[in-house]
Amino acid sequence: MIGLYSPGSSFIHRAPTLLKLFLLSLCVLLIGTSPDLRLIGGAVAGVVLLFVIARVPVRAAAGQIIPILFILLIAVPIQGLLSGWLVAALMAGRLLVAVALAALFTMTTTVTAVLEAFQTLLRPFRRFVDPDRVGLLVALTIRCIPLVSDIVREVLEARTARGTQWSLMSIAVPVVVRSLYAADALGEALIARGLDD
Amino acid sequence: MSSIRFEQVSHAFGARSVLRDVNLHLTEQRIGIVGANGSGKSTLVRLINGLVTPQSGTVTVDGQTVGRHARDVRRKIGFIFTNPDNQIVMPTVREDVAFTLRRRGLDKGQIDERTTAALAQFGLSEHADHPAHRLSGGQKQLLALAAVLVAEPATIVADEPTTLLDARNVRRISELLQTLPQQVIVVTHHLHLVEEFDRVIVIEEGEVVADGTPERSLAAYRALLA
Repeated sequence: MIGLYSPGSSFIHRAPTLLKLFLLSLCVLLIGTSPDLRLIGGAVAGVVLLFVIARVPVRAAAGQIIPILFILLIAVPIQGLLSGWLVAALMAGRLLVAVALAALFTMTTTVTAVLEAFQTLLRPFRRFVDPDRVGLLVALTIRCIPLVSDIVREVLEARTARGTQWSLMSIAVPVVVRSLYAADALGEALIARGLDD
Repeated sequence: MSSIRFEQVSHAFGARSVLRDVNLHLTEQRIGIVGANGSGKSTLVRLINGLVTPQSGTVTVDGQTVGRHARDVRRKIGFIFTNPDNQIVMPTVREDVAFTLRRRGLDKGQIDERTTAALAQFGLSEHADHPAHRLSGGQKQLLALAAVLVAEPATIVADEPTTLLDARNVRRISELLQTLPQQVIVVTHHLHLVEEFDRVIVIEEGEVVADGTPERSLAAYRALLA
């Protein structure tokens, strides 16, 4: 979800997030339980069509799907030899369709829309959990991934620049300390932006 | 414009005293605060919106004590931090600006409208749907400003907003701060940033050692550095 959103105005972009989530879950469930290779073939064609309709950049779409092809490159022959080629083809088709649909969802849905959808889903449980806080928690988790990854990169660069030898402590300690400082600063920023209301 | 008053304000972190008996009344539109590292200037501005609570004395904004009316005060005071990375909350530029308005009781249309206007004002429209963490340092600070200003606060407090920026972006942010219609309080080491301000305050070891026009205060500060 970090930086995957591809702006657009297709009906897939404009469709309600909860509907997209529901259809995504339903499709994955159907394809995951179907033993019919023709259905999975049809689903692959359908997914390609959805990508064309959504007009997401080919490179961005490929970036999401290619990693799974590498996994399949290893998994399919093993599965084929152990359980037969039909099972291997079913497994590969199911995985491809599921990953592609999930990628299409993230590329056509903003994080805010996902958070709002989760908040709507959690509303009936308002007595037990605060949907706004859960939404904020998810947003911050997503936001902190690049923040921490930048910290790790800078610490590794600093270690390389100083020519120190590899040691877990020399990486872990500054990463943890800097992450805690960043968390403090982020907390202050949230307060300053009125999030302590 | 806010009327900000410090009365006999003192604060310490552990055994280290950072502010001592500070008395100030801030009413001018552009106020600069300068001083050496560790002089207490950042603590001073953090007191304004309650990020730090004074150990003694009171800080009031338009007559409201900050500690007791923090929520109201924070709606009036927008705060810009040194490192914009630490104040970006949402993954994309548009979402981060809109995030400020989420708890303001506005409907989706109003939030969209104000967010779009703020992005256009700061030249971020073309980056609206880009990941915020991939912006340049200057663009991130512009985003931080947009995210604060979209809420239309009466006062902007900026704690060293140009420290991490290159010369071009320092000029860009400083021009922006000069032209904002709001009251602006800036803590900075870039002295040229406050040369055209209405008032400059010099803090040294937790005390106000000069307070007046930029010419007088900056001369006093340069004398301190000499």
